[in-house]
Amino acid sequence: MSALTDDTLPVTPRAMRDEMIVFAAMAVLLGLVPMTGIYPFFVMQALCFALLACAFNLLIGYGGLLSFGHAMFLGTAGYVTAHLLKVGKIDFPFWYSSGMWHWMTIPLPPLTPELGILGGTLAAAMLGVITGYISIRRQGIYFSMITLALSQLLYFIYLQTPFTHGEDGIQGIPQGHLFGIFNLAKPTVLYYVVLAGFLGGFLVIYRTINSPFGEVLKAIRENEPRAISLGYKTDQYKLLAFILSGTLAGFAGSLKVFVAQNASLTDVHWTMSGEIVLMTLVGGLGTVFGPVVGAFVIIAMQQYLAGFGQWVTVIQGVIFVACVLAFRRGVIGEIAHYFRRSL
Amino acid sequence: MQALYAQLLVGLINGSFYALLSLGLAVIFGMLNIINFAHGALYMMGAFCAYFLLNVTGMGYWWALIIAPIAVGIFGMILERTMLQWLTGLDHLYGLLLTFGIALIVQGVFQNYFGSSGLPYAIPDYPQIGDCSPNAPQGAICFRGLQGGMNLGFMFLPIYRGWVVIFSLVVCIATWFLIEKTRLGAYLRAATENPTLVRAFGINVPRMITLTYGLGVGLAALAGVLSAPINQVRPLMGADLIIVVFAVVVIGGMGSIMGSIITGFALGVIEGLTKYFYPEASNTVVFVLMVLVLLIKPTGLTGRAA
Repeated sequence: MSALTDDTLPVTPRAMRDEMIVFAAMAVLLGLVPMTGIYPFFVMQALCFALLACAFNLLIGYGGLLSFGHAMFLGTAGYVTAHLLKVGKIDFPFWYSSGMWHWMTIPLPPLTPELGILGGTLAAAMLGVITGYISIRRQGIYFSMITLALSQLLYFIYLQTPFTHGEDGIQGIPQGHLFGIFNLAKPTVLYYVVLAGFLGGFLVIYRTINSPFGEVLKAIRENEPRAISLGYKTDQYKLLAFILSGTLAGFAGSLKVFVAQNASLTDVHWTMSGEIVLMTLVGGLGTVFGPVVGAFVIIAMQQYLAGFGQWVTVIQGVIFVACVLAFRRGVIGEIAHYFRRSL
Repeated sequence: MQALYAQLLVGLINGSFYALLSLGLAVIFGMLNIINFAHGALYMMGAFCAYFLLNVTGMGYWWALIIAPIAVGIFGMILERTMLQWLTGLDHLYGLLLTFGIALIVQGVFQNYFGSSGLPYAIPDYPQIGDCSPNAPQGAICFRGLQGGMNLGFMFLPIYRGWVVIFSLVVCIATWFLIEKTRLGAYLRAATENPTLVRAFGINVPRMITLTYGLGVGLAALAGVLSAPINQVRPLMGADLIIVVFAVVVIGGMGSIMGSIITGFALGVIEGLTKYFYPEASNTVVFVLMVLVLLIKPTGLTGRAA
């Protein structure tokens, strides 16, 4: 693999200190949001997408794998969480004969939020195992096409299976009490729960990229044959990174269910996968904080330009083109490059 | 059985579009090392070009078949000169991202002006061959352009559909011949292997790259014109199609021109058969096959390791 991030600086204690300062500042600023009167729904939504983009960035920025199907984790976890919270009962087809499916039912009551999140995240993790096993068999551009095709396959499955309610999606999802204590129907409580989820997920990713495992991933990104010749089983590393990325993306999808209170086909569509790529590209591929900034920029843009209809798509396309042609480092990447720091 | 043959024909038609599009993708990838995500959008532009030619200038289908691929091909060459050429030497993924952006722009602009619904485009009714007057004797032979159909004994064949399959096949084979058997094709294949060396022989490789992109894009536009009377003209007609074509490309590999053509047609037929035997799976079968191929032979059916 050739380098996507051409000027990655070595991880030094100074770089890590810089990053911890920025992280602390980010946590404090985000913690103060409910007191400022900024619309919390917007920030919560942006936080879910920020975690999603960070999870995506783990693959592209540190593993060199461009997944064009990350919406499948967002959508799958969202559907599973929404279903567990609202219905609970699980039906799945196990046998097909004489033109119809036979269903097996696991009778479950509607579940509590923590179990719903756990279920959604686990579903995404399982999906990550399966799709990762298939897609890491090819590299580079083929990997992107395979992930895109797999997410399209899931899109059609969700369009047809009964539990997703097709075009309508799952609506009116009860928010409930997290751990029986925190009332998620209160916007402020929900905000801090989502923020805690985001910061937790972010730290997991940060820890991963600064671990020996993360170093091996970077080695694979820079030169896979050399990593193989050094004795690393690169396929296993890539698969693990894919599963981790998918799981965290799924966690973001589960959190998003509580914010949006619905789960629909838009979350599984390829346009969503494209938006995830765009967020990370705008913020800076392979930067620690870039995806967060990118997610806020893109979500804010959608919010303010909502009245312009399809022109939003055109503007997104223009941003894509501009980023690739002239602005490949992204916002955070440019800042980091200017100050010769790693961010 | 009638229904089975009808679905097989639909499958062959989808297969011709897969073949034309994956052929273009393979040709472009060979020279530019770019996966052209804008291919679906350019296919759509081909169909719209036919629509405009008919409704603005009054030029019909046969003109569109010539003009649309050239017009869209020129548009593609402008894209290549102004944007894609700057990506030389960068990671392949940037090409995918750039062309994805171009696809969003093109589709978004068309959606703004034409919404998401389909615009009708009629099957051409000229030239008329045979006796088509109202008082023609019964059983007189009459062809109104490509309208109508004929009874083959075992099935009713709409003429336009038969035309699409045969014409696409001819175009595919002509492209194969151009690339594999002519001098120009030999330059092209040589430039794919080693552009620096070919330049040293005095051949203008950048111009060849531009023309290749134009050729690939022109094939997509041609598929768009062919599909206009069948699928209607819609801004998003290429958006979902291109993802299926990506799966076709993953299955077939991009190493061989003939491989892309055969895989395209074969997958179309398999899709048609699925529509008959288990219609629920008809829009997923290509993806499922892709998964199976990846599990059994990860390099694709004709591809080399990539």
